[in-house]
Amino acid sequence: MSTISQLPHRIIRFYADGFRSMTIGRKLWAVIIIKLIVIFGILKLFFFPDLLASRYDNDADRADAVRESLTRRAITR
Amino acid sequence: MDELVNVVDWSRLQFALTAIVHWLFVPLTIGLSLIVGIMETVYYRTRNEKWRRITKFWMTLFGINFACGVATGLILEFEFGTNWSNYSWFVGDIFGAPLAIEGIVAFFLESTFIAVMFFGWKRVSPRFHLAATWLTAVGVMLSALWILVANAWMQYPAGMEFDPDQMRNVMVSFSDVVFSPVAINKFFHTVLSGWVLGAVFVVGVSCWLLVRKRNREFALKSIKVAGGVGLAGIILTIWTGDGSAVQVAKYQPMKLAAMEGLYSGQEGQSLVAFGIVNTDKRPLDDKKALYAEISIPKGLSLLARHDLDAFVPGIDDLIRGYAVNEAGDTVYKDVSYARRIEMGRDAQTALYDYGVAREAGDSTAMDSSLRIVKENFRYFGYGYLSAPEDAVPPVALSFYSFRVMVMAGGYLLLFFFVVAWASWRRKVNLLDNKWFCALGLLTIPVVWICSEAGWILAEVGRQPWTIEGLLPVNAAISSISAGSVQTTFWIFVVIFTALLAAEISIMVRHIRRKAESDLFYGPEK
Repeated sequence: MSTISQLPHRIIRFYADGFRSMTIGRKLWAVIIIKLIVIFGILKLFFFPDLLASRYDNDADRADAVRESLTRRAITR
Repeated sequence: MDELVNVVDWSRLQFALTAIVHWLFVPLTIGLSLIVGIMETVYYRTRNEKWRRITKFWMTLFGINFACGVATGLILEFEFGTNWSNYSWFVGDIFGAPLAIEGIVAFFLESTFIAVMFFGWKRVSPRFHLAATWLTAVGVMLSALWILVANAWMQYPAGMEFDPDQMRNVMVSFSDVVFSPVAINKFFHTVLSGWVLGAVFVVGVSCWLLVRKRNREFALKSIKVAGGVGLAGIILTIWTGDGSAVQVAKYQPMKLAAMEGLYSGQEGQSLVAFGIVNTDKRPLDDKKALYAEISIPKGLSLLARHDLDAFVPGIDDLIRGYAVNEAGDTVYKDVSYARRIEMGRDAQTALYDYGVAREAGDSTAMDSSLRIVKENFRYFGYGYLSAPEDAVPPVALSFYSFRVMVMAGGYLLLFFFVVAWASWRRKVNLLDNKWFCALGLLTIPVVWICSEAGWILAEVGRQPWTIEGLLPVNAAISSISAGSVQTTFWIFVVIFTALLAAEISIMVRHIRRKAESDLFYGPEK
């Protein structure tokens, strides 16, 4: 029982010790963190909205929008 | 119309840029994960400290590449939602399910076991550590599986049914999607090519160590493993490449015709070994397709159909929907592209009528429209084409990318025969030759060019479709301005260039720094 209860603590220590002993890994983590900030904090937030999710409230409206877009030529032909 | 062309072109260019950059990292991750697994297995079995050092060196390079490549694929998913929203909706859960599984597998398997790989050397038993290393390799390959399943579905849509109420394709058979012949072959061809790339990287870096006349034994042992992996990888890649050719002939004959620059097919069709594409040539005209052509007799029939005398249709034959041989016999017959366009337009009109009838609550009209949609849905996407010629992929790019891939692949086969022979037969004099080592180093860019050319062929050859026959790029695109796509395109150019420079710089500096010391007996940090 005590072994199971100590498991989260051991996992945290495993990672903490691992990160502490890293050399080149710190530089890599910096690259990863900067990249994730750029991807999610800038690109996703300001430049890459999910168009259908942001413009329409529900799936039925999204389906209608796509139907309109994909059959527009059929109407105008 | 110009604005639409602009948006489509810029969005395609942006997707291509992102995918190409992403693919710089992925195959190296696939290949190195396997090679590191083999090296650690040798260490586990022999308990020879030298093999532990070798494993740790290449494992660190695996880590650098993994860290720089991680999350670059996420940007592709952003682009789906922003630039290709019609496509994203239309593919429905078929694309979403494999990608979701990939995300879960990648996160849990890779992130858990990579941590054990890097942090666990003194914390877990050797057996557990070895298991973690292999599970990381398996996780990497499983991640690739789901992405490749999604891509294969775009080349050969299977296991789905179109739902006109949801306006999306609904998966009706998970196994048909995952185990489609295209998906299985694509998975093995791609993963095996990753083994080759990883092996070239290890051989190339080891050759650099040999040129520097440092850590000779370390380099030779590394080459021994990589030579075996590379040789097995390239033989199997060529074998699965043959499978790809058969499938392309069966499911994407227009792609095959474009990559051969073939307009009028024959029985016992030759394979072009060398040629210069006439860019003025258009379908159904009388101009010459290729200049300075050197061909292998009956080669394409053998490659595409495994039959020396089989007929292989060209672009004109496919557009017309039939071909007749010199004796007057019909050797090919299918639905003409003009008819496909008519059927596609019928499906689109019926789909529109279905929406109108649904709003009016007219179930009889709904049933009638739905019947027409289903009858013609196979050619739904052709309705967006203005003329049959619009269904022809860019011939020159398909033709040249195929030849770059094949020629580079042939060179790699020869290269690994020599490397494996020299390292396993202990003909180390060759490996000590500075010219051979320079060749080993120069082969690193060759394998990347080969790998990227394969993807260019796969994706450009599929044009104009995002989903073969069902949705062309001009219908898959979102209602956005070309300006916004151009802005993000240039942002990507800056980010990706910086990222690439960072990776190469970190990796090269790490290798240089390590190479200064004795890799077997020097300090480990």
